[in-house]
Formats: sequence, structure tokens, C-alpha cells
Amino acid sequence: MRISRIPPLKGEESVIEDYQLVREKVQKYKGKKGATIPVLQSIQEVFGFLPSGILKSASADLGLPLSDMYGVATFYAQFRFSPVGKHIIKVCHGTACHVQNANAITDALEEVLDIRDGETTPDGLFTLESVACLGCCSLAPVMMIGNNTYGKLTASSCAKVIRDIRSNENN
Amino acid sequence: MGKIKILVGYASCGIAAGAGKVYETLLDIRNNEHADFELKKTGCIGMCFREPLIEVIDESGAYLYGGVDEARTMEIYTKHVKLDEPVKEYLVKTDLFETGDENFFRRQIKIALRNCGVIDPEQIAEYIETGGYSAIGKILIENLSQEQVIQMVMDSGLRGRGGGGFSTGLKWRFAYNSPGKDKYVICNADEGDPGAFMDRSLLEGDPHAVIEGMIIGAYCIGANEGVIYCRAEYPLAIKRLNIAIEQAREKGFLGKNIFGKENFHFDMYVKEGAGAFVCGEETALIASIEGERGMPRRRPPFPAVSGLYKKPTNINNVETWANVPWIISNGPEKYAQYGTEKSKGTKVFALAGKINNGGLVEVPMGITIKDIIFELGGGIQGGKQFKAVQLGGPSGGCIPSYLSNTIVDYDSVNATGAIMGSGGMVVMDETTCMVDMAKFFLDFTQKESCGKCTFCRIGTKRMLEILVRITEGKGKEEDIAVLEELSQKIKDNSLCGLGQTAPNPVLTTLKYFRDEYIAHIVEKRCPAKVCKPLLTYTVIPEKCTGCTVCAKNCPTNCISGARKEIHFIDQEACIKCGMCFTKCKFDAIHIE
Repeated sequence: MRISRIPPLKGEESVIEDYQLVREKVQKYKGKKGATIPVLQSIQEVFGFLPSGILKSASADLGLPLSDMYGVATFYAQFRFSPVGKHIIKVCHGTACHVQNANAITDALEEVLDIRDGETTPDGLFTLESVACLGCCSLAPVMMIGNNTYGKLTASSCAKVIRDIRSNENN
Repeated sequence: MGKIKILVGYASCGIAAGAGKVYETLLDIRNNEHADFELKKTGCIGMCFREPLIEVIDESGAYLYGGVDEARTMEIYTKHVKLDEPVKEYLVKTDLFETGDENFFRRQIKIALRNCGVIDPEQIAEYIETGGYSAIGKILIENLSQEQVIQMVMDSGLRGRGGGGFSTGLKWRFAYNSPGKDKYVICNADEGDPGAFMDRSLLEGDPHAVIEGMIIGAYCIGANEGVIYCRAEYPLAIKRLNIAIEQAREKGFLGKNIFGKENFHFDMYVKEGAGAFVCGEETALIASIEGERGMPRRRPPFPAVSGLYKKPTNINNVETWANVPWIISNGPEKYAQYGTEKSKGTKVFALAGKINNGGLVEVPMGITIKDIIFELGGGIQGGKQFKAVQLGGPSGGCIPSYLSNTIVDYDSVNATGAIMGSGGMVVMDETTCMVDMAKFFLDFTQKESCGKCTFCRIGTKRMLEILVRITEGKGKEEDIAVLEELSQKIKDNSLCGLGQTAPNPVLTTLKYFRDEYIAHIVEKRCPAKVCKPLLTYTVIPEKCTGCTVCAKNCPTNCISGARKEIHFIDQEACIKCGMCFTKCKFDAIHIE
């Protein structure tokens, strides 16, 4: 059930929560119907997640009840409450990918990154995520990193993609 | 000599397969060699299994090349474009000779997908050239009344392509008859069903068809605002829709007094979803547009009476909207000539899973499942045994191979216990475990349940727990009865389609593959060898060379044996991770 997505509050203090960065973006939704989701999307676009301080500022600024904002944010899978890595690895677990053994891909990535599904590496480079369907079913199993989609994966080919990104980052 | 045209299939799956590099190669060639050919990006051609695809069109006809990369692109340019000698090895479709891929196209009739892979979706002029916006033009210029157009849609027999299968014309009539000045039309592009990508391909390949369909719908019911609710996971579709809307506005197809028709004002915008499967349900989708949690509410009142912002609203799916302009332009009789008595026209299916030709097909209703899988789809990968096909995603069910003569129309598919759904078709072979599949779908619906109805919220959770137990070898004999009882209660006591259909994957697998459940529960055995806790790994003495690779890779060190001696797996300590099986180069690990 979706309520299980309410996260523990931790580790947000370290992030610079500068409301000015999003002020202009969210103010254009002031007083508009159905604004909650676009407001949250704008905040996440800037910060990569929804910092609690920013939500409070936006709530006061736009006159949207904070409880409503949290209610909506915890309902939708898109919204996050903790910082994410520089590269978000989305492993598709749609039906077609499941049939083509997407679990093996997640297992292999967990091993090469040494984190569990949903976690971020200590160096802040990678976040590993499972998603429902990326819509590239005929290339199953598939993962997406940034805007790049990698298809017809095997345990070794997905590990290679990670190693390549890592060595690029280190250079 | 006419100018040669080169089209690059540039939808999400093409890009994932490498169409970007192919396109850049062609751009480079054109720039560096001052080559005189027209280059354009187009939408999904449908042959995902041959991506990336390029089509070369010259005076003698159209040549479709598959599986191209940078080097092959270069070769095709040098031989075909420069010397007029088509490169036969890479051709997948041509008039010259049979390539072996003809079966993929032979039975297809493209109505919704008429422009996908043909036009550049980012150029409104190309849509107009193929007859685009002439349907709404005809309506407004010939002064057809709202009732007349609704009657045309009724006569075509078009039914909701999102899965419900409700008569589109009737739905429009309800919204038309609803009193009120402000009305809305909505396009449901929240394609959350895992294993389906028809709507994405359509939006990426021909956004104007959907927009024109919505303008026609808006005219019929009297709406002046439209919303396309598209899932955020489809960035390319959203981008192309926004470009298309902007272009339609510039041309005056959106805005005030459209086609000079006084008092017909209509405009629309794209609303990005935020990742919730339940938002595919009409009332949840409306709540989401209003900025709320996407939770369904009770019907009636139906959206046609009280929808978005409590105004009369008509919601149709992407594919439904895309069919509308074609029906108006070509006449309802022409549409109704395809299909069966109660399901008219064509349906787009996304073929995926253990099938050779994965891709997008549009076929007339009434074709058999067997023909789709074996004729168009080219059969099962690796020559394996066809076991079942999953239709309708998490709300649908698995149809076993022995029912593959079932024809696709709403009523025939429903009779099997599955549903037509939005058109995802995931093919399974002997290596797919049906209990595991049921668990997979329940895991999905359980996570996506909005939590409003007790039976959906808690019932799906309990069902999932039972299925997990069964796949771990801890199933009890009474489990099947409990699953069936819970299924019925969830169906009876849930408000929306998500809950009412959530037990379908379990019910259909119990109906057609009960023996697999029994094997798991009673014999503690997984016949498809998928459920790891039920497997036993042993070394085949005749094949073991004593290379020690398995022992080195075993995470629990439960494999013993000296170099060049037959190894042995300690069953007590084995955690069934399958590492030895993966690592063994001599196929000496046996799974039972």
C-alpha cells in the first residue's frame, strides 16, 4: 500500500535548502487549480528530492497546506524525500522484463555497487531503483541511467556499464 | 532523379537500440559529403526486434533496413544512395524479394498507427499532407451537427481501447446530453500496465492524430478545454505532444473560432503524471489532475455527469482518440467492415516476452491469438514450448496455449477469464513459472493499491503473503481455497477497476495451471525451475572436470572437492543462489 512510502526523516540537514532557487518556479502556480503536483515536481527538479524545509517555505508562500503537500507527495512514486546519487539506475521490472529475468539484473547490480535496491552508494554516485515499466518491452531486460536506455542486458553487461561510468567519473 | 528520402525510426525503443548514432552518422554524411538526400526522424515502425531501422525511399520504392549500426549505415549510403544498389543482407522489407519478415506485416491493418513510422511527428505539415486535420475540417466546414458526428462514431462500433471496451459513441452521447456550459475532454495516456507500450509509441509517432481526435470529441460534447494526462516516464512522448499542441495552435486548429466556426473555442495542455498505476482509473485520474492523491471515488455520478472540477467530462484512451479522425474521414462503414460482430475495427498489441518478433502490431479484431504469436510474432524464442500468453496486465490473466485459437475481441477474451486490456501481450514459454507470475502481479497491485478499500488494501497483501509462501516451499494444502475465497471478496468489495480485477492473474493461473500450484504445495517442486527455494543443485559426476570454479564462486563454501576430482554440493548449507550453475562451463550442475 502506498502509505508505506512515508520515509524516516533523516540526513536532510546537510543539504543547502535555499528556497530562492525554486521561488520563481513555484510562484507561477500560486492560486491555480490543481497546482500541488506541478509545484512538487518543480521542487524535485531543482533539488533532486523534496527537502522538508523547502516544502515548509513553499507551503507558507503559496498557501497550500503542508499536510496536503505531504499527502500528495507520499502517494506518488515519483517523489523522494532523501537525496539521490548522481546517476539513478532504473531497472525495469515490468512483466516482459520479469519474464526475461530482471531479478538477475538487480542482483548483479546490487553486487557490483555493494548496495541494496533503493539505496545510494556511499560516494553518492549511484542510486539503484526498481521501476514498474520503462516501455521498451521488446528490448527486455532493460535499465535506464539518466536518459540512456540499455537493453537486452545480462548480469555481466550491466556490470560493465557501471564500471564504465565509474571509470569515466574517476578520470 | 527525385530526391532520395531516408527515414530513421526514432521512438524510445529505437533510440535505446542505437538510432541516435545512426541518425548522427547520416547527418555527418550529409554535411561532409554534401550528399543530397532528405533525412528525417519518424516514429515507431513497429519492428522493435529489428531496431534500429532506417527506410530508404527512392524512385523505385521503399526499402526498410533493420539491425543497422554506424558501419552498416555507411555501407547502405555508399551502395544504395550513391550507386543505387540496395544492400540485400540488411533489408527487412522490400518489393524486390522475400526477406522472411513479411509475415510480420501481412495481416496488419494500420488505422490507429497509420502515420507511425511514416511521418515526422514533430512536423505538423507532414501530418496535414497525409490528410491530417481534414476530419475536423470536414465536420466544421460541412456544418455537421454534434449529433451527426456522435452517430458516426456510434455506427463505427468503436469501443474504448483502454481496456474497458465501452462504446465510445455512447460515452460521448452521455457527456453531450449532460447540461452545463463548461465541459472537458481528457486523454488517458497514463499507460501504467507493465508490459504495454502501445500508447507511448502512438504518442511518439503521431501526436497530432490524438489531438485531432480530441478536437472532434470536444466539438461533439461541447467542451472547451482538454487535458492529456501522460505518465512522466514517457519524456519523449510529452516533448512531442507539447510541440504538436504548439504547432496546432499556430495553425489555428486549437484556440478560438476553430476553422472559422463561431463559438467553437478549444485548447488543451499536457499534464504529467507522477507515477501511480491507479491513476489510469477515470476518477483517480481526475483527482490527480485536480492535484489530489489519485484515489478513485464511487460511480455514479459518472464523469460524463460530474468529472473534472465537477463538470461533465469525457475520458478516452490514446488509441481510441487516434482512431476517431480516421473514422470521420473514411466513414464509419469502412471502420466497421473490420472486426467481429461486437468488436469492430482494429486493435494495437504490444508483443513482448519470449517471442521472436517483439514489437507493435495492429490487427483486425477477430484474428486468433495463435496467428498473432506464430504468424506475426514469429513463434517462441529458442524453439521452446509455448505455454501461455498474458493479456491485460495486472488486471488480466494468462491464457494457456491450448486456448490459443481464441479470437481477439472483447467478449471472447473475457470468456477465458483474462481481459483484452490495453493491448499488452506477454508471451511465456516452458521456463516461466505460473505461480511466480501470479506472485509478480499481486506484488504489483498490492504496492499500487491506493488503500481506500479494505479488501483491496489488506486482501491483496494477504494473497501476496500466501503466494510468497508457496513459492518458498512453505505452502499449505488449504492455501488454494483461501486464495479463491479472498479473490472473490476482493472482487466484490472494491470500488474501482484496480481492486475488482486484481485477483484475475491468480484466478486464471489457478484455473489453467492448478497442477503447478499443487506441485509447489504438495511436492515442493517448481516444474519450470524458477522458484529458487524449491530447487536442488547437484553435480553431474560424468560432466564434472574438477576445475574448482564452482567451489571458488560459492558464497557459502558448500561445494567440496579437490582439483581434478568430482565436486559435491552440501545440500544442508546450499542457499540455492544458482552461482555454481551460472559459472560452470561444462554444464555439470543439474537443477531439479
